[in-house]
Amino acid sequence: MKTPVRFSAWMFWVGMAFLYLPMLSLIIYSFNESRLVTVWAGWSTKWYGELFRDEGLMSAVWRSLEVAFWSANAAVLLGVMASVALTRFGNFRGRSMLHSLVAAPLVMPDVIIGLSLLLLFVSMTDVIGWPQQRGLLTIWVAHATFCTAYATVVISSRLKELDRSYLEAAMDLGATPLKAFIQVTLPIIMPALVSAWLLSFTLSLDDVVIASFVSGPGATTLPIEVFSSVRLGVSPKINALATIIILIVSLVTLAVWWLSRRKLQREKLAK
Amino acid sequence: MIEPSITRDSADGHFLQIKSIVKTYDDVVAVNDVSLDIAKGDIFALLGASGSGKSTLLRMLAGFETPNSGQIILDGEDIVSLEPYRRPINMMFQSYALFPHMTVEQNIAYGLKQDRMPKKMIADKVVQMLRLVHMEKFAKRKPEQLSGGQRQRVALARSLAKSPKLLLLDEPMGALDKKLRTRMQLEVVDILESVGVTCVMVTHDQEEAMTMANRIAIMEEGRIVQAGTPRDIYEAPNSLQAAEFIGSMNLFHGEICVDAEDHAVIDSQECANKLYVSYGVTTALDDKQVVFAVRPEKTMISREQPDSEYNWCRGMVHDIAYLGGHSIYHIRLDNGKILNSFMVNSDRFADAPTWEEQVYVYWSDDSGLVLRP
Repeated sequence: MKTPVRFSAWMFWVGMAFLYLPMLSLIIYSFNESRLVTVWAGWSTKWYGELFRDEGLMSAVWRSLEVAFWSANAAVLLGVMASVALTRFGNFRGRSMLHSLVAAPLVMPDVIIGLSLLLLFVSMTDVIGWPQQRGLLTIWVAHATFCTAYATVVISSRLKELDRSYLEAAMDLGATPLKAFIQVTLPIIMPALVSAWLLSFTLSLDDVVIASFVSGPGATTLPIEVFSSVRLGVSPKINALATIIILIVSLVTLAVWWLSRRKLQREKLAK
Repeated sequence: MIEPSITRDSADGHFLQIKSIVKTYDDVVAVNDVSLDIAKGDIFALLGASGSGKSTLLRMLAGFETPNSGQIILDGEDIVSLEPYRRPINMMFQSYALFPHMTVEQNIAYGLKQDRMPKKMIADKVVQMLRLVHMEKFAKRKPEQLSGGQRQRVALARSLAKSPKLLLLDEPMGALDKKLRTRMQLEVVDILESVGVTCVMVTHDQEEAMTMANRIAIMEEGRIVQAGTPRDIYEAPNSLQAAEFIGSMNLFHGEICVDAEDHAVIDSQECANKLYVSYGVTTALDDKQVVFAVRPEKTMISREQPDSEYNWCRGMVHDIAYLGGHSIYHIRLDNGKILNSFMVNSDRFADAPTWEEQVYVYWSDDSGLVLRP
């Protein structure tokens, strides 16, 4: 009986090491004194200072956050509308077509999405004169487009399993369908909206392929910036930036876990 | 407690009239030409198996489904074309559908807020409703922090808060366990009677319908089989369907051989003796096939042969289900047919017939019924 337990514990630690050792080494090397990433030369926080002084990199961070924020907003809004159409309007004509069209970006390679959006923007500029040049706006449109697909999957699966009688009860008590949706359905599916938003935000923040197709002069997002700077040799500044991002993500995850655990405990207490 | 404002008789006419309602889904007829009259203050139960159309009818009353044809007239007004949120009707859902993100108080106040009632009045009404369902202590709780019975009370309070003209209950006890069910049935009826609201409920449980309702309609395949008081439906079913739906019945297929003004005699292959009913059965000459029916609790068991000419048969005790208050005997007749008979256990250790004993089952002349096959 003892051997399998020891074996599974061993496998657990191998798995954890596989997942987290790279990040750990990245964090350790962000405190490296040396300007060569692979050579250890003692502790230092100088690359954090360098990072905050590097205006190009910092403005790319803010630009990326901005794009991710607005892309996530647009994706959730469109995702809610698409989900309502898919789950609540019964079997209307073209329902299955809408379903596959909305889900298509999930399986489409990023290169193809990026290229097709680039071609679209170019020909739109030729025909209607908009967008005049590619930049943040076109990145936002592109990100909103493919994030909507993910947001719709998350939101519509929640909406599908939601008991219809909540909406009906609200209408029965005198709320118009729109009011009932806003006052009852939306608050109930709020956790799904939040996860759809976070997912879209992350995807947008992470994307380098689509963004590099549709970006223009002066609209370099963080992944593009990092990607191009790595080609000239990795600077320990990137390590510092990555460490900060890992820290923020961990804190957010921890907070979500803590909140949901507290809620679960309160429910148990009530019973 | 609030004074009962309405006496429960069906005298004051047609408060809710359902007139030849038809509802089809594609090719399936869910509700087929149903007409019902429901009086003010009635607690009316639609009783039927799943798929009988009872829920569809209820949803049409609430406004969630639109009938293909027919009228629904509530207090003199045709409401068929009215949206659900404009109808003076409230519903208690089977799942209760309490809004999980609102407290008990907010749930009850939700309907009143939609009417833009002043805040003070809403607060007063909420307190009044909480008192009505004995939930004052739980006003600040969320639905997830309540037990099944408490949730039901909140759901009831929420649907009564707007003082609807008509209250709809969809399988009101469906989400409760058996023990709680019996208690809540009486409690809900008490609350409904103290408010005096007219109520239509849907249930598949005949015991629930008979406990709670003062009138029942049995539905089958989208039609009303019979409507009447629980006693009417139990003691005078108008058809084989109605008789078999409620309670259990011993049935003998046979032919009418004497058809007098005040009695009839039926000759059945399934019973050694002739069967007698103490009321006249008008039959056409060429249609003598009938079914004689007698309820198990109206039959008696004895070891001695009855001296009557009619209404008894001989058999063996095949099985006994001892239920405490009474026992159900399964008697196998000589021809193999099984009869059910109830025996009340009034003596603690009476010398009752036991397995494989020969007994006689008999019943009085006015116990039987004649139904059309």
